[in-house]
Amino acid sequence: MSAVETILAPQVQAQEHEHEVLPFWRQYIFSEDHKIIAKQYMISGIFWAILGAGMSVLFRIQLGFPKASLGWLKPLLGGWITETNNLDPNFYLALVTMHGTIMVFFVLTAGLSGTFSNFLIPLQIGARDMASGFMNMLSFWFFFVSSVIMFYSIFISTGPAAGGWVIYPPLSALPQAHPGSELGMTLWLVSMTLFIISALLGGINYITTVINLRTRGMTFDRLPLTIWAFLITAILGLISFPVLLSAALLLIFDRHFGTSFYLSEIYIKGEALPNVGGSPILFQHLFWFLGHPEVYIVLLPALGITSEVIATNSRKPIFGYHAMIYSMIGIAFLAFIVWAHHMFVTGMNPFLGSVFMFLTLIIAIPSAVKAFNYITTLWRGNIVFTPAMLFSIGLVSLFVTGGLTGIILGNSALDIQLHDTYFVVAHFHIVMGAASAFGFFAGVYHWFPKMFGRMMNQTQGQIHFWLTFVGIYLIFFPMHYIGIAGFPRRYYQFTSFDFTKSSFADLNMFISIAAALTFAGQFIFLWNVFYSIFKGKKAPLNPWRSSTLEWTTPVNPGHGNWVGEIPAVYRWPYDYSKPGATEDFIPQNVPYSQTTESNFPHETALIAEEKNMLPYSPNDQFRTEAH
Amino acid sequence: MAENLKLSPILVDQEPEETLSMDPKKFIMWLFIVSIIMLFASQTSAYLVRRAEGNWLEFSLPKIFYYSTAVLMLSSVSMHWALISAKKDNFNALKIAISVTFALGLSFLWMQFKGWGELVYEMRIFFVGNPASSFFYVFTGLHGFHLISGLCVLAVAFVSVFQMKIHAKSLRRIEICATYWHFLDILWIYLFAFLIYFR
Repeated sequence: MSAVETILAPQVQAQEHEHEVLPFWRQYIFSEDHKIIAKQYMISGIFWAILGAGMSVLFRIQLGFPKASLGWLKPLLGGWITETNNLDPNFYLALVTMHGTIMVFFVLTAGLSGTFSNFLIPLQIGARDMASGFMNMLSFWFFFVSSVIMFYSIFISTGPAAGGWVIYPPLSALPQAHPGSELGMTLWLVSMTLFIISALLGGINYITTVINLRTRGMTFDRLPLTIWAFLITAILGLISFPVLLSAALLLIFDRHFGTSFYLSEIYIKGEALPNVGGSPILFQHLFWFLGHPEVYIVLLPALGITSEVIATNSRKPIFGYHAMIYSMIGIAFLAFIVWAHHMFVTGMNPFLGSVFMFLTLIIAIPSAVKAFNYITTLWRGNIVFTPAMLFSIGLVSLFVTGGLTGIILGNSALDIQLHDTYFVVAHFHIVMGAASAFGFFAGVYHWFPKMFGRMMNQTQGQIHFWLTFVGIYLIFFPMHYIGIAGFPRRYYQFTSFDFTKSSFADLNMFISIAAALTFAGQFIFLWNVFYSIFKGKKAPLNPWRSSTLEWTTPVNPGHGNWVGEIPAVYRWPYDYSKPGATEDFIPQNVPYSQTTESNFPHETALIAEEKNMLPYSPNDQFRTEAH
Repeated sequence: MAENLKLSPILVDQEPEETLSMDPKKFIMWLFIVSIIMLFASQTSAYLVRRAEGNWLEFSLPKIFYYSTAVLMLSSVSMHWALISAKKDNFNALKIAISVTFALGLSFLWMQFKGWGELVYEMRIFFVGNPASSFFYVFTGLHGFHLISGLCVLAVAFVSVFQMKIHAKSLRRIEICATYWHFLDILWIYLFAFLIYFR
């Protein structure tokens, strides 16, 4: 830290960026500052997470206790509890659908990427703000309007969309198919269209910022792995979200204008519909072309955060920095050519199935590279078990557990038995849902001091971790067995046969209780966050003794992040426990000329070049504004 | 105000920057174009997937679409003329060129609309019906929608030209506009050729 201050001191006299004091609503509501927008995303993400997870507890009650009288839920659900005190089956389907939509898009895409890409990209690459603050603001407010519409759809009399989060036609294309396909589905489509626009505006901004606004010295091979992850995530979104827009657009035409892109030869109540010549499989192709990359849009930011947290708290350089980058690029590339493994049972040509199976299984290689690199980074490190570190290690555990079942599901022959069972549900909840949520938790615990200038409570964080970690395994491990035994997902109840009654009832009850307890455990986190924002211990400049650039800003960075010039970058972000160094970390902005005791020969050779470094960042947005 | 100074010699004449970077605003436009490419790539692949299943209505396109294609290509030429004039500070030519581009863009849209009318009223090919015709309307409609957005970008450049804000040292606005306009032209040629070839 002392090194940081000596670097900054002579530069403070640099240019004064003059800007008028903004009114409250421009500073905190319609803000163009990336840090405020990140917090807005975080708060809305947390709001949606409570709602989405709460919904899962509701339908777990139904699954775990199918015969129970649910009259006590009437004050909450009103008409959705039938006169016989059961949950309305249509509302059960709506709950499952909304849980999926909310968690995948509103929590783990907007909440995770929106929070940490916005917050960390400018801070870690050394930029004043995003490339376009206005677009960034627009991105959040598109997301906000989309959220309002989705939220509103929960309260309409026919209920929200209920055709599953994948909204396969014809169920989603025909308003007469079921109550959720009426106004609820329309609102879903409107909301998601706005969401896609928001995701594109955000993603375009992230890519532009990372590529064009890095400070001097911040070459691509000195970027923290978080930034690499956010960059690749944004590229995935840029390429895949327009395809979902396409699919949704054609679905809107089918629903509201009577075209037949997805509909053909359908009879409802004995009457033939006029639609002829459409193909419902076409929708699945378009949907999963987004849907599969979406898995990595959700997971990659979490993996990036984990890389950073594990290296910092193991006090060791990340193992295989370049391998990490290449494996992320590999995963991103493969993400676009495996979509049909979601469609093995649509009657596709078995040869085509084999091709997609082969491509799918290749993903195991870059994923394994990442898992091994995390473990080898931890190996013989001086591990500091902060809550962020615990969640990151938890993520690695979940990533491995969930990844292994992915190898099983990727086989087209095995998938015929397992498709649409709870085995699939268990698989993706561990590897994509829980792992990404752990990434979110790790990120919040780790960067909370930078976001709010205060520390979160460590003990509460550790209790939160153990409850969540044990809870996740208690929920999803038994689910694999239920799935292998053949319990189909999305079923309201599966108790019509004697064998299903005896073999599924107790495990389901167990899962439901575990889910309710794990959900309750999250309120510790919630309390910790909101209490610490106002009453937490004041944070020091660099609480985790981390080497990346965000910790060279003031405790509460203002508009423009750095006072005076943006620091230059001289080294990669993982100089932890370098042999010979006086401290066990060297920040990225410390030149090699100041660390002659720990330099490797090739680094000593770089000292001569350091003199050629510009005295200011050529990409500094304030500089170009001020001239 | 900021644009012109960004390119001022003080910054350009510095040592070559070690971090690769280009104008962020132009970069944003290119990424925006990538997302539009993906939108149309998915539409045309959906078309091919659906067409391979058979039960496909074949129809020939009205002549007016050939004329409108020519008009749009002409507008690209005049757009380029506008860019060259701006670089040479030739303001009269710039004003004429950008007005011509705008007028050609509008007439393209009008001709597309006429083409739809001809399909509906003379050839009895409707939006609702066989997916072949539905896809045709979706392609032309989506392109038309993007062309309207292109006209909006063009309108901003148009106003700036008449306010004398675009000149040899302040080219960013018209360069972005030209990139987008040429892209929309190429996109239409792609769609048109696609629709003729995969009838």
